[in-house]
Amino acid sequence: MLEERIAEWRAYVSRRQAIHAVDVDELEDHLRNQVSDLQAAGLDEEEAFLIAVKRIGDLDTLSREFAREYSERLWKRLVVTPGAGGGEWNREATVAVGLAVAAGVTIKVPEFFGVRWDGPDTDVLFYIRNLSLFVLPFLAGFLAWKRALPKGWLAGLTGAFLAAALVMNLMPFVHEGHTQLLAIMHLPMALWLAVGVAYAGGRWRDPRQRMNYVRFSGEWFIYYVLIALGGGVLMGITALVFSAAGMDPETLVTMWILPCGGVGAVVIAGWLVEAKQSVIENMAPVLTLIFTPLFTLLLLAFLGTMAWTGNAISVERDVLIAFDLLLVVVVGLHLYSISARDPHAEPGLFDKLQFVLVVCALLVDAMALWAILARITEFGFSPNRVAALGENLILLANLGGAAVLYARFLRGRKGFASLERWQTNFLPVYLAWAVVVVVLFPIFFRFV
Amino acid sequence: MSIGKDLVAASATPLVLAILSDGESYGYAIIKRVDELSEGELQWTDGMLYPVLHRLERAGYVEATWGKSESGRRRKYYRLTNRGTSELADQRRQWQVVTATLRGTPFHQFQAIPQGI
Repeated sequence: MLEERIAEWRAYVSRRQAIHAVDVDELEDHLRNQVSDLQAAGLDEEEAFLIAVKRIGDLDTLSREFAREYSERLWKRLVVTPGAGGGEWNREATVAVGLAVAAGVTIKVPEFFGVRWDGPDTDVLFYIRNLSLFVLPFLAGFLAWKRALPKGWLAGLTGAFLAAALVMNLMPFVHEGHTQLLAIMHLPMALWLAVGVAYAGGRWRDPRQRMNYVRFSGEWFIYYVLIALGGGVLMGITALVFSAAGMDPETLVTMWILPCGGVGAVVIAGWLVEAKQSVIENMAPVLTLIFTPLFTLLLLAFLGTMAWTGNAISVERDVLIAFDLLLVVVVGLHLYSISARDPHAEPGLFDKLQFVLVVCALLVDAMALWAILARITEFGFSPNRVAALGENLILLANLGGAAVLYARFLRGRKGFASLERWQTNFLPVYLAWAVVVVVLFPIFFRFV
Repeated sequence: MSIGKDLVAASATPLVLAILSDGESYGYAIIKRVDELSEGELQWTDGMLYPVLHRLERAGYVEATWGKSESGRRRKYYRLTNRGTSELADQRRQWQVVTATLRGTPFHQFQAIPQGI
């Protein structure tokens, strides 16, 4: 009985960041001494425990005192250090760094065949087309190793990457044709979702694994941006130093640091996310908190202007692309917000804001759809227009369902899980669509 | 009698150092000794002692080792270091200055405090 209570008390105290495990040990020893003294004085076990806990003092004040003493503990340790699992961490680090180096080497391989990325346009196009193929297999490899992916899935993934490589390079695209551009834009998305299968350890049907992958993707992106910024500084300083020394830094920077660093960072960022999940947990909710109101305001302002001026969306192509981009960002933000939200919390102000965001996006999507249909009836089908049509329809379905489910959630009729489920069910839809654009579009539109 | 927060805080360091100068001890025993010495007047919140001890450890005045209690459980023992001893002497001088000054004023009850601080 006493042991249970002491264990509960330990758990409660341990949650305080400023109080580490060793301190809790010390306090527990104190508690036990106090309890036994009180029992010796005649109190029973329960009374003794209650009084002893009370004497230790109010936990808030206590952790404040500890925090003042150990202020560095309030910063969650961002540094990846070999903690208790020293050997395991070392192995993981070796694998991650090894794969990053391999990626860096691989991206230089085409140079042996005369394809340089500061070369002619066709060479640059080769690199752009295959960029995700140079990078994502290594990330997938790291995740597959970490999750001990079963052989069947490993073979399947390798097959998928090979197939993608063949499709991208063997299909007779017309140079600078639209289908090629569309394929280039959609390939990374398809491959990223394939990496998700590796992340989920093959359990791609599990909605929790899918949601975890969404979280992983968001955090990976943050880490990658941070590393890229640091890399940018590195390149700038390298360029300065070398030109000051009279040597030409351009080759070193553009042919070595940029490509190798850029691809290596993909794997490293993935490793860091896996290693330090609990740190970024704090960033995601803050970021969504900042951006959701901003984007809601943007959409509301836009819709207001449209209603006021009575302008239909001008049917120019660039405008439609901008809208699609906006909608993709909003859906992404919505998805990220859902992944960052505590599923057990009651609907609150932030949820109402999300609902407004979704409804506004739905209206914008409907307008964009109208404009695209107008363009199609006027100019006929083309790869770009069909792609835009398809994407808008998918987003319309997503936003429509999300709006309905959110309304029910806000009224308390449905749980939050239905929203999560809705979003994670769409992930395979995105994958299927991306595959269609990459593989089928060129065939149907005769590679133009 | 309730002692002001600041006074309790200020007296914590010299008290702990002085008690440890008597020999190695651990948190709970230190608190019991303070309670004894003050005849119940100084009631420290038990938990507050530990940040003080850690602060002293960080400053190098005491040094801590993990040992075993009577029941075989882990217990942290504290011991005064050389720096701690000189810090204790320094604290004693400071308190003597303060008490001597107060004695010079019409602060009559002050003459009744126990010597040896």
